[in-house]
Amino acid sequence: MFWVKIQKASFDDEIPKLDQQIQQNNCGALVSFKGIVRGYDEQEPLSYLYLEHFPEVTEQEIKRILQGAQEYWTIHSAIVIHRIGKLNVGENIVLVMVSASHRKAAFEASQFIMDYLKTEAPFWKKEFFQDGTSRWVKAKETDIEQKKRWQVS
Amino acid sequence: MIKIYYFGFLKEILSIEEEQIEWSEGNSETLLTLLRSRSSFWAESLSEQNIFRIAINKKIIYQTTPIIPGDEVAILPPVTGG
Repeated sequence: MFWVKIQKASFDDEIPKLDQQIQQNNCGALVSFKGIVRGYDEQEPLSYLYLEHFPEVTEQEIKRILQGAQEYWTIHSAIVIHRIGKLNVGENIVLVMVSASHRKAAFEASQFIMDYLKTEAPFWKKEFFQDGTSRWVKAKETDIEQKKRWQVS
Repeated sequence: MIKIYYFGFLKEILSIEEEQIEWSEGNSETLLTLLRSRSSFWAESLSEQNIFRIAINKKIIYQTTPIIPGDEVAILPPVTGG
């Protein structure tokens, strides 16, 4: 099971069902990662985020990332749910679930997927702060460095 | 004619979401050169460090690629996903 979903709605209610589905292939390891909107950027208190994407293209790019993970690790399933639109502090933003026979593959593949989501998937975040100001988030050098550890393009 | 779409902060600072321009022939590089020639502000906004990728007809390209009349081109600023 390899798929990508981009949606406005929260995905918390979907997790128990996905947890069951992704284990159907008798996996020995399941890693799930949930990203949450932080309450601040550096020292500045955040009010909410706005996320924009490029319909169809973003989905294609994430599928390409999942294919990349399949090329490097033996994994049974990998799914990604990514939210768009207005997201308040504390709300979930991204879910990555990976199942495999062994934990190393599940851990590493999920980290690979997150590192590539951060740097290759066409999403753009705008931060709205509690003081009424706003700004688009810039690509972070640290995220680009994280991706380089996989040494693939 | 070709259609151009802008995303993220580029859309905002250039105050444009989409536009149509006259086009006979060229490629992704010649398009960027043309857009940069509009003003120093456009040149700075569309500098190499502000462009992550170009997409042509909803396919991201990784090298200079021809653009023909009728194509839809998207200019993508650096991404901040996840």
